[in-house]
Amino acid sequence: MTLYAGKREALEDAFLGRDDEMPRGKPRSVTRDAMRRLRANKAAMTALFVFAFIVLAALVGPYLIPYDYETPDWNAFTAPPSIESGHYFGTDQNGRDLLARTLYGTRISLLVALIATAVSVVVGVLYGAVSGFAGGRIDSAMMRFVDVMYALPYILFVILLMVMFGRNVFLLFAAIGLLEWLTMARIVRGQTLSLKEKEFVEAARAAGVSSFPIILRHIVPNLVGPVVIYASLTIPEIVITESFLSYLGFGVQEPLTSLGTLISEGTGAIGAADWLLLFPGGVLVTMLLALAFIGDGLRDAFDPKDR
Amino acid sequence: MSFSFKTFTGALALSTVLALGAAHAKELVMYNGGDVTSLDPHKLSGDWEDRVEGDIFEGLFTEDAKAKPIPGVAESYETSEDGLTWTFKLRDDAKWSDGEPVTAEDFVFAFKRLMDPKTAAQYAYLQYPIKNAAAINTGKIDDLDQLGVKAVDDKTLEITLEQPVPYYPSLLTHYTAYPVPKHLIDKVGDDWVQIGTIVTDGPYKPVEWVPGSHVLTARNEYWHGGQEKLDIDGVRFLSMEDVSAGFRRYQAGEIDLMTDYPKDQFKFIQENLPGEGHFAPFAGLYYYVFNTSKPPFDDEKVREALSLAVNREVIGPKVLGSGEPAAYGWVPPGMNNYPEEGARFDWASEPYPERLEKAKALLEEAGYGPDKPLNVTLSYNTNDNHKRVAVAIAAMWKPLGVNVSLENTEVKVHYANLRQGAFEVARAGWLADFNDPVNFLDLLKSGIEMNYGQWSNEDYNQLLAEAAKTQDLDQRAGILEKAEKIALDRDAALPIYFYLSENIVSPKVKGFEDNVFDKHRTRWLSMTE
Amino acid sequence: MLIFVLKRLASTIPVVLIAITACFFILRLAPGGPFDQERALPPEVLANLRAYYHLDDSLIVQYLRYLGRLAQLDLGPSFVTKDFTVARQIAIGLPYTLILGGSAFLLAILGGIVAGIYGALYHNRSADWLIGAVAMTGLVVPNFLVAPILQLVFGVRLGWLPVGGWGDGGPRFLLLPVLVLALPHIARISRLMRGSLIETMNSNFIKTATAKGIGRRRVVLGHALRPALTPVVSYLGPAAGYLLTGSIVVEQIFGIPGIGRYFVNAALNRDYGMVLGTVIFYMALIVLLNLLVDLAYAWLDPKVRQR
Repeated sequence: MTLYAGKREALEDAFLGRDDEMPRGKPRSVTRDAMRRLRANKAAMTALFVFAFIVLAALVGPYLIPYDYETPDWNAFTAPPSIESGHYFGTDQNGRDLLARTLYGTRISLLVALIATAVSVVVGVLYGAVSGFAGGRIDSAMMRFVDVMYALPYILFVILLMVMFGRNVFLLFAAIGLLEWLTMARIVRGQTLSLKEKEFVEAARAAGVSSFPIILRHIVPNLVGPVVIYASLTIPEIVITESFLSYLGFGVQEPLTSLGTLISEGTGAIGAADWLLLFPGGVLVTMLLALAFIGDGLRDAFDPKDR
Repeated sequence: MSFSFKTFTGALALSTVLALGAAHAKELVMYNGGDVTSLDPHKLSGDWEDRVEGDIFEGLFTEDAKAKPIPGVAESYETSEDGLTWTFKLRDDAKWSDGEPVTAEDFVFAFKRLMDPKTAAQYAYLQYPIKNAAAINTGKIDDLDQLGVKAVDDKTLEITLEQPVPYYPSLLTHYTAYPVPKHLIDKVGDDWVQIGTIVTDGPYKPVEWVPGSHVLTARNEYWHGGQEKLDIDGVRFLSMEDVSAGFRRYQAGEIDLMTDYPKDQFKFIQENLPGEGHFAPFAGLYYYVFNTSKPPFDDEKVREALSLAVNREVIGPKVLGSGEPAAYGWVPPGMNNYPEEGARFDWASEPYPERLEKAKALLEEAGYGPDKPLNVTLSYNTNDNHKRVAVAIAAMWKPLGVNVSLENTEVKVHYANLRQGAFEVARAGWLADFNDPVNFLDLLKSGIEMNYGQWSNEDYNQLLAEAAKTQDLDQRAGILEKAEKIALDRDAALPIYFYLSENIVSPKVKGFEDNVFDKHRTRWLSMTE
Repeated sequence: MLIFVLKRLASTIPVVLIAITACFFILRLAPGGPFDQERALPPEVLANLRAYYHLDDSLIVQYLRYLGRLAQLDLGPSFVTKDFTVARQIAIGLPYTLILGGSAFLLAILGGIVAGIYGALYHNRSADWLIGAVAMTGLVVPNFLVAPILQLVFGVRLGWLPVGGWGDGGPRFLLLPVLVLALPHIARISRLMRGSLIETMNSNFIKTATAKGIGRRRVVLGHALRPALTPVVSYLGPAAGYLLTGSIVVEQIFGIPGIGRYFVNAALNRDYGMVLGTVIFYMALIVLLNLLVDLAYAWLDPKVRQR
């Protein structure tokens, strides 16, 4: 409830702010405007702080705790969380500190998610916008290519990549990122197809502006809404894809770990050692929820239609 | 909201109606692990397939409730003085599930089919003790009739061996020695294994098979043992990869017998399901193999140091959790024709800290130390248990100044690498096919495919060859023990623990007897409703 | 229309061919073979097996032989499940996959669209927030985590539903697996639907309609819904693909046979024929679904249809 109230207040603030600004006739920057609205969105800001905290903990945390992520504590196998022993999250089946492993796992998962999402956004938006805008033969050829990629069940891709080149975290990024852009490209293309029929694009074209500037200046900014929404959907999806691969046994190589790997190890211990699932699962869900709220906040802030 | 709730309750009501109509006979539901790949006894390889196959087929010998060989289709047998010729008298009432009699010709046909290179039977080599079998199977002899198996008459079978095999009855219980229905294969060829066509001679017959789901069996009314001896009407062998999910189904009463279990639940089972967890010694060895063809693992000192530093007492009870017994020898306890405990490492009873010191000294002698650390790649196939053992052992080696990088690959890649010698130290395991120590000792013989590390020792090979010719069982056991000792002294490989059979058995199921072969044929089981 | 469909189908043939070729060679270059196993085979036996399945010919010969057989619609034998041909096994798994995937697909579309419309209509009110929170949770919790928890709660603890298995294929057995499979897609579709409907509701033609005094319900269902469905429809193609691969986990956890499981097991077992067979099957299905999506797209947006 509080979340929803905050969101509405945020939007009202935004409206008021704009009205104040208008009469002064200052040129408005879309980004600055959006950022201001984002700052006023309490839910998104809370999510941002939570996310920043998790990132910070993943980066700095391992240096602050007494245990590392790979050395077993021979006296504590599958030990429940305890303050006295210093294993605040307990230990795993190999006697390794779960807090340390969760922090390292978060690092890996974040790295995978961020890089893969960046790849998918850049490639997907450009590809989709060009394809949709160009239309005709170019469009159909480009979409055929996407079809080729789609028609290969992608899990096979990843399995074969992992098998042929060994388990390498960077290959994981590449594989997942290069798969996710397909959907992004399709959605962007779909939007572009309708957008380019809109009056302002036709106006620009009539004024003699050439294709690529139109794409960059008129199409892409108008895609921010769907792209941000989709990217905010993509990050959790990539983390989940990574964990899906871990479940099938194609995760990162020991002693490294990821949140997905930790969770898939934890699911076997439900009822017997719940902390193995609760802590990594809690971190994952919190992180993904935070990311989703940030994504929503960005959408509300950026979407010109809401103004 | 109300919309979705209505459909939900609607679905529940409908399904209750459906469930009421589905009452059936006494069916045992078993979590059976992997997917069955074939019902043809010549085309199998897994223990989960053996569970199905052993219910639907019966060889000359079969297993009792404790997995000891007892006569099956054979009514009686005689052995010649030299131990080379075995003559079996077949039961008159042995019948295929279509009512046709099981004849000596069916066995002759089966053994020939097994050895025929065209059949490409994966496990043909288990029956190589039969005269000329190896030569035929490897294409050195073209004439199948040269095989040492002969039908004297319809009900008399004569098998000639290359050399005496004291454990031969045990070998005859294996699925490679099952008969196949000649009358049917002559008629329909390879299609004989299809459900609806297949006939079998065991207490049960397969009636349904959905790959990825289950194989279902039902009583074979022509089985010679008599229907009154069977309590269970059929078995549903479930193929499931996710053992945790299987365990949940067991908890909900959907599964009666689990042939594996999620290791993390050991304590839960002991506390909440008393008597249902059956953890018993199992004739199997879990070990690491050194690639002795590559430095530094050609150096015995390095191998010994690594072996000394493995604290085996921790692996079973703590890392795996079900208390697998530590392996200080190569042959699991409880094998026939062998002392209960064979050879052991000299240092087996030394305290761990002392062993660790010794290991450090050995590594130093071998030229490794703080300024020249030993780098080891430890390979294992993707599996939770293998991972845990590898992580623990890597941590045990660390104090020696050994840097371990772990490498896990899928099972097919792992074994391809082992076959090609593309590894340094790798995980391997062996389950006994028949009840004799040579099963394990052969793994270290020169020129054997399973000797992945290519460790080679002339004395060892000679002792094994000598044992094969020795008829006196005590004398033979002594020779084999000597061989085992050589393997341990020279650290041919690194034994870690002996397997446990791990079955979770519902209190409904009676007659389940733990045994070292983990074979529990359904004919010995019964079920209360 | 028929010509359009035929043209599209014809243009997919080279795509499928390229994909088959790529799969064939990638698979063969991956390490490990169908007969590598825990118990090594004597070289002679291995040679026998390879000869039996014609794996001893050169790759090109094998490839041409495969294509030749494929042209006669023969998918060849399975190297691992030896009693079944690839085609027969797929035929056995097909009904399970279609029932499971189809139910989940329908549930995802219906549930997602309904939830999305609700969310948009009650924009920024408690119903919206509630739906958003549920959707978010559905998105961020991986299915191999949801499935065991649902199994534990409804199967083991409450005993209301079977924990696993196909049983008689009735709704009792289907409910949990279908729900698990559909959950993330319900979430994704509802978010897309909500966002797009809010945007449409803010567009001029809807404002005009509202100004004319047409009832809110009629505005949404009669005017706004159709254009707002565009991003949802463009997501359906990929969603179908994800459902197919996502079903792997669901099939494994619930112990249900299906093509997804056949595929993963075949890839792990290097059952070349089976992998190719399932890949071809998947490609055909995905191509078909994408075609349907394109048709739906044309129906939704008249401007696209004209082109």
